[in-house]
Amino acid sequence: MASNLNHRMRRYTLKGLHFFGLFSAMMVLCVPGLWIVLNSFRPTVEIMAKPPVWIPNELNLDHYRAMFSGIGEGGVPVLTYFANSLVISVTSTVIAILIGMAGGYAFARYKFNFKGGMFVGLMVTRAVPGVALSLPLFILFARIGIIDTHFGLILAYVALNIPFTIWLIDGFFRQVPPELAEAAEIDGCTRWQAFWRVEFPVARAGIASAGIFAFLTSWNEYALASQLTRSTTSKTMPVGLLDFTSEFTLNWGGMCALAVLMIIPALILTFLVQKHLIAGLTFGGVKG
Amino acid sequence: MNRLKLPPWLVLLLPAIIILSAVVLIPLVLSLYSSFTSYRLTRPDSIFNWVGFFNYEKALTDVKFWAAFGRTVLLLTVALNLEMLFGLGLALMVSKVTQGQRLLRTMMMFPMMFSPILVGFQFKFIFNDNVGLVNNALQSLGITDQAIPWLVDGQLAMFSIIFAEIWTATSVFGILILAGLYAIPRDPLEAAKVDGCTAWQSFRYVTLPFLMPFIYIAMAIRSLDVARAYDIVQIMTNGGPARRTELLWTLIGRTGYVDARMGYANAMGYISIFLAIFFTIYFFKKLTQSRKELGMGA
Repeated sequence: MASNLNHRMRRYTLKGLHFFGLFSAMMVLCVPGLWIVLNSFRPTVEIMAKPPVWIPNELNLDHYRAMFSGIGEGGVPVLTYFANSLVISVTSTVIAILIGMAGGYAFARYKFNFKGGMFVGLMVTRAVPGVALSLPLFILFARIGIIDTHFGLILAYVALNIPFTIWLIDGFFRQVPPELAEAAEIDGCTRWQAFWRVEFPVARAGIASAGIFAFLTSWNEYALASQLTRSTTSKTMPVGLLDFTSEFTLNWGGMCALAVLMIIPALILTFLVQKHLIAGLTFGGVKG
Repeated sequence: MNRLKLPPWLVLLLPAIIILSAVVLIPLVLSLYSSFTSYRLTRPDSIFNWVGFFNYEKALTDVKFWAAFGRTVLLLTVALNLEMLFGLGLALMVSKVTQGQRLLRTMMMFPMMFSPILVGFQFKFIFNDNVGLVNNALQSLGITDQAIPWLVDGQLAMFSIIFAEIWTATSVFGILILAGLYAIPRDPLEAAKVDGCTAWQSFRYVTLPFLMPFIYIAMAIRSLDVARAYDIVQIMTNGGPARRTELLWTLIGRTGYVDARMGYANAMGYISIFLAIFFTIYFFKKLTQSRKELGMGA
């Protein structure tokens, strides 16, 4: 009996520990982000209050209103930044996906010399730290005169995204059995038709998630953007965050509001693709 | 009619190769060249002033450089290992849950949506000695009545940076290891149970070897964008106080853009590039190796 009781006690303790561990882990993961969201609705006086105000007395949209009101009134040209971010991210994603599809298909379907070496070579180009790359890119782009243009940043982001999209898309094309396309070719399709009518539809969801991943990378990128953009004509939102800082003060509330604006699209897109993204990474990596 | 016919795989890979050479390889060659000159942004003609290995010698004998180098390696080692351990723990805990797993998974991915620069500002705010969440909480709970200078003291600043870094990346490990846990075949685990293995033994000798490829994928992905720590550090402390949190990347950025000494910055940049490439190749090697051990790879 005693051992039985002992056993049960142990199981309850374990269960309690498990719950406690999980709860605290989730708190650590979620609270910092929610804190930012909460502060975007609080008046600056309350954020700065000493002693701190724990239960908000007042929630309002002042920071959002100030943010959208334009330059000169404590606002930041947020809409322009948002548009810049959107144009640059979407264009670079579409191009990266097209190139990534071609490259991924080549890796998944053809055998050639130095395949493994080329693959790691591709990855290595991605490993070059943004700061180290931004120095020569800055000099080069300044020479050609594409600093502070959408085109320059799009070009940089396409290059940034290609290695990863190839890795992901390669994994998804491997999941499509080659017999499918062969069967289509026997039925009279050209290779091109077989690709678009048979292989592409099967891998479509995976390709979409690779696209969203590329979009998020461009959307969030800072190290390159901070050097390759100069003015409102091409500044993206991550660079725009710095507009809320001045020499000695920081407009926390306003910054939180812009942060929320940045997170919302990322949040929606990440939820849409989480399943495929994991499948793509693990499949491409493990069964490669 | 006698057109040169390229093999199809090369045609398919060509756009990728062209773009990558234009945006990555050519600039890298340029920076390799300029690292042998005394190039300064303010004096464009100095790019033709060949100084040989002077910049490299200068970097390799510079105490500040080695301090930053050591700190970068330290940060990477500590952060990557802790992220792996926490991610493993998190994945194991989530996989044991019977109800509401989908919700937990979604919560787990929350930090992944934050742009690194956003993470920097977020933790600069949270660790702010005056209005930050951490100090407010500690003071309200009566643990301390002084404001702890999280980002002003050298040691604490490094801790805060590592904390921020781990916060962002633990979920990458967690999610991928969780995917690995789902993929583990049931039979070996049951066999281990029948053979009388303890929970620890079956974890150590059955679960963990199966998880290794997934851990290495996560490591490889992480080592591809470790330089993201640049954004975080630049915002949180900008290498301060008194260079106590200076990493290779912030040092390079400052030398290149603020001091305008591009040649010298590029020389240091090359050293950091080799560091990143070393990490990447190392983890890709490990990945292939562990795959082979499981008999997964062809």
